[in-house]
Amino acid sequence: MKIIACVKRVPTTEVQAKVAADGKSIDTTGFEYMLSFYDDLAVEEALKTKEKHGGEVIVLTLGPSESSKELREALAKGADKAVILVDAAWHTRDARSTAKALAAKIKELGADVVFTGRVATDRDQASVGPMLAAYLGMSCVTDVVKLDLSAQGGNAQRESEAGVETVEFPLPAVITCDKGLNEPRYAGLKGIMAAKKKTIEETPAPEMPNASRVLKVELPPARKEGRIVGEGAAAVPALIDALKNEAKVL
Amino acid sequence: MSTIVVFVEHKSGSARRASLEAIGAAHATGMTVVAVATGPGAADLGAQVGAAGASKLVAITGADKYSPDGCAADVVALVQAQGAKAFLCANTSTGKDLLARVAGALDCVPFADCIELRNEGGAFTVRRPVLAGKASITTQSDSAVLCASLRPNTFAVASGAGPAEVSSVATKGGKVVVVSIAAKPDAKLDVKEAPIVVSGGRGLREAGHFKLVEDLAAAFGNAAVGASRAVVDAGWRPHSEQVGQTGKTVSPQLYFAVGISGAIQHLAGMRTSKVIVAINKDAAAPIFKVADYGIVGDAFEVMPALTEAIKRARA
Ligand SMILES: Cc1cc2nc3c(=O)[nH]c(=O)nc-3n(C[C@H](O)[C@H](O)[C@H](O)COP(=O)(O)OP(=O)(O)OC[C@H]3O[C@@H](n4cnc5c(N)ncnc54)[C@H](O)[C@@H]3O)c2cc1C
Repeated sequence: MKIIACVKRVPTTEVQAKVAADGKSIDTTGFEYMLSFYDDLAVEEALKTKEKHGGEVIVLTLGPSESSKELREALAKGADKAVILVDAAWHTRDARSTAKALAAKIKELGADVVFTGRVATDRDQASVGPMLAAYLGMSCVTDVVKLDLSAQGGNAQRESEAGVETVEFPLPAVITCDKGLNEPRYAGLKGIMAAKKKTIEETPAPEMPNASRVLKVELPPARKEGRIVGEGAAAVPALIDALKNEAKVL
Repeated sequence: MSTIVVFVEHKSGSARRASLEAIGAAHATGMTVVAVATGPGAADLGAQVGAAGASKLVAITGADKYSPDGCAADVVALVQAQGAKAFLCANTSTGKDLLARVAGALDCVPFADCIELRNEGGAFTVRRPVLAGKASITTQSDSAVLCASLRPNTFAVASGAGPAEVSSVATKGGKVVVVSIAAKPDAKLDVKEAPIVVSGGRGLREAGHFKLVEDLAAAFGNAAVGASRAVVDAGWRPHSEQVGQTGKTVSPQLYFAVGISGAIQHLAGMRTSKVIVAINKDAAAPIFKVADYGIVGDAFEVMPALTEAIKRARA
């Protein structure tokens, strides 16, 4: 099987957001980056799929050259190749622009199955996976927590508000991975050594102008100062009173 | 007049509240609202979507089993047939999935989880949180069709208008099919949509002690149970209940954090709740910095008393 994992580097979850001087972007000074939490699950599922069905795993990202740090990690875990569509301003692309650039590369590489994370933990859009499927004419299942693949298609489970949905789909397919699907492995020393010999291809990301304009970035209003109503069970009446008469939510 | 198409989720002809909120948001732009729904019972939604502000309802027929790509194709066809300027849905699991598929097919930019929507002389701007709510971005759409999903519990449901005019269209069908749904036990409220959320953390010490949290939720009647990542990772609670940066973002009227320290990743998922109550035995826990009301104390002592008091208040 030709397997591609689409991944992305995102600011670590500890970062504090600051608005940049232009008021239209986030000041990323001092940010540290990591592989998006759910993309780790995508890499793992790609490796598991290769172990079961054979084939090749390519990890693909659109991002800065520095993404090689996250990609090297995926190579150390067992991915065969890595590709960076280099764009130093990757985080300013809208979802459509990102999806179109990735789709063009996936078309060139060829894929039976493409894994991505359920959502990237910076933009919180959850859009690129299904958009890739739309641009590539592939089937797609999102938020997958259980997956059974065969040569022609598969059976996936996803959690929705209604409950656990069982979904059937044909290949080629884009699968977006949710927590619960697998437990990502750690790279071993042997893998880390082997990864040093694997190549990371870097090509400029195709130009794809945004079809949206950021007007303003804001921080959430500070919550108004709260108060401790008391200690222990004795404070319950004071809490009920506050919820009823002050906050008016009871 | 310009048209907005709104996808309405429903259960056997009873509309999801978040979908009615999306109709309300569409109606507030001053455009004509065309609702679309699929699956058994879709044609029965005329009165509900009409009251919320839709003038027409298009029921997709022949789609007894939901197909996400089939539904997207049906919506795209309707958007094109109507010459619609916008497509909206609720930012639910189904809605988010549909949004990206529709946007892809229309080659437009999707905006997920919007908390504000404006129509300024035909130009749409939306505001949406990023970095799990640590900031928000206001963006103008330059696409032919604005494609957006709206955060539940954020937009008002309109009321008062008469029933929508109902018509039907046969589904185009899709390759991906939801063959079965294992429904949640006793129709549990989803943490993302519930008006009240009671969340528990590692302070509860073991899975069985979540009874304290469940009892308080049950006393309210309209509350869902939430959890911190620590207890989800420990296997005490399912991931579907996790609140935070790698779980769900919630903004209920009332949020209880019980035995939760208030790590930045947890706060990201609940800081837009209207009222936050924290119960924690550590007076220095960061959760008290965002809480409107706090009780410093042992959850095992406070929770039973609180549950009894809520039962009395609700009786
Ligand atoms: C990439 C990443 C993503 C993450 N995503 C999320 C996420 O989505 N959601 C999330 O919640 N976390 C997330 N986390 C984890 C987060 O950093 C915290 O570890 C987690 O939220 C802690 O859970 P907790 O508050 O239940 O546990 P703890 O931090 O251990 O807090 C337990 C609290 O219980 C209190 N307590 C103890 N006993 C009692 C008692 N008897 N009565 C009352 N109070 C008591 C303690 O004082 C303490 O404040 C993420 C972390 C990372 C690195």
